[in-house]
Amino acid sequence: MAVTKLPQDVKAALQKAHREEVNETARVQLETMLKNIKLAEKYNVPICQDTGVIIFYIKAGAQAKGLDKIESALRNATKKATKVIPLRPNAVDPFTQKNTGDNTGRFIPYVNWEITTGDTIEITAFPKGGGSENVCQVGMITPGEGVKGLKKFVIDAVIKAGAKPCPPTIVGVAVGGGADISMKLAKMALLRPLDQPNPNSDLAKIESELYEAANSTGIGPMGLGGKCTVLGVNIEYAHRHPASFPVAVAFQCWAARRATARIYADGRVEYLTHVMK
Amino acid sequence: MAVFKLTTPLSEEDIRKLKVNDVLYLSGTIITARDAAHKKILELFQQGKPIPVDLQGLAVFHCGPIMKKENDKWVVVAAGPTTSTRMDQFEDELIKDFKVRVVIGKGGMGKRTTDAMQKYGAVYGAFTGGAGVLAAKGVKSVKTVEWLQDLGMPEALWVFEVEEFGPLTIAIDSHGNNLFEEVGKKAEKSRAKIYASLGYS
Repeated sequence: MAVTKLPQDVKAALQKAHREEVNETARVQLETMLKNIKLAEKYNVPICQDTGVIIFYIKAGAQAKGLDKIESALRNATKKATKVIPLRPNAVDPFTQKNTGDNTGRFIPYVNWEITTGDTIEITAFPKGGGSENVCQVGMITPGEGVKGLKKFVIDAVIKAGAKPCPPTIVGVAVGGGADISMKLAKMALLRPLDQPNPNSDLAKIESELYEAANSTGIGPMGLGGKCTVLGVNIEYAHRHPASFPVAVAFQCWAARRATARIYADGRVEYLTHVMK
Repeated sequence: MAVFKLTTPLSEEDIRKLKVNDVLYLSGTIITARDAAHKKILELFQQGKPIPVDLQGLAVFHCGPIMKKENDKWVVVAAGPTTSTRMDQFEDELIKDFKVRVVIGKGGMGKRTTDAMQKYGAVYGAFTGGAGVLAAKGVKSVKTVEWLQDLGMPEALWVFEVEEFGPLTIAIDSHGNNLFEEVGKKAEKSRAKIYASLGYS
């Protein structure tokens, strides 16, 4: 499901972009995207051939049972999905260049853990393609440049990325923590639905400012020109070291695939991102 | 924006009619090739050895598809384009030595490829990135696959028979126009104004 169906908020954002687009070439691109989404749903096949490196985010209740078995279960699930759906084998050893053929390997699939209260387990599958991953950026700007510097960093990243991350993209922005934490948060920010505003109103304001700014670059869908370059900008942050101002920008292509399942103690499963028929 | 429907093998004359922003639907034989297949084709050419498919007038698709075997026959599951800039280091040679007429991919290509397209008569057709199912539906049959054992599924050279494969937006034509470059220049120009609007000077 994570690779074959887009969440409703992403579909709605693409439809809105199509309604508002005036550039003819951009309209062709958006129409093609919408057509492709429908076909993938109809035939139950991956929207895009790049089904990514498989990453999971888990919110595990401390009282939930069997937490020690989750990682091996996800590994087996990844192998099974690779065969059955099928997914493209995307796990390559960086030194021997050998592809394992089943999307598993050292640290892959990667699991991000968060321990919460209660006894439910929430698992999000986040299959993200290589094109949008290749233009992610981390920078250590000076605290003196601050928020203004952050905004510049984001716009520079959008212009530099151009057509590469398959726009219109979702832009995950994070600041603070450290070099590693900022990128981790920027990627996590991509999971927030587009119709869910930032709970912090000051950050929501910066998000809409950056959204307008990115959409005035004229890069457009697939970088062929047009109004819609980004579908949304999501900001996350952590407190920072007084001497550091780490900033990170993560891109998500228009085929923004994510799926979350909540597993209850009695075995019941609820899908939070998708309506099950 | 004119719409063209053409069938491979294509002649130089066919190609010269196409201008940036035109839309092309392609039928006939096309091949997929990514980094490794490009490298291998050029290595064989330099050694004076034949390559398995005659590329004259055909289209090269930058794509690493998901394929599935059904009743001993290969079927395309999803086959959207990959980022073309990685192939910039090879493509001018392919256009020059093999008379490839259409390059299909996403993200555009650089000056070296644009110059070769102008000189020898070829175009770049941008296929919507991520539209892997639509692309798969345009493939009528898989004629053959080469180098599958060596290169693996995404990097192998797949030979497809396609029907009205597209829409391909002509983003580099054979007259020296490069739509991605134009858009990039405009974005570059907008930079100062955007900085100012964000209070950065």
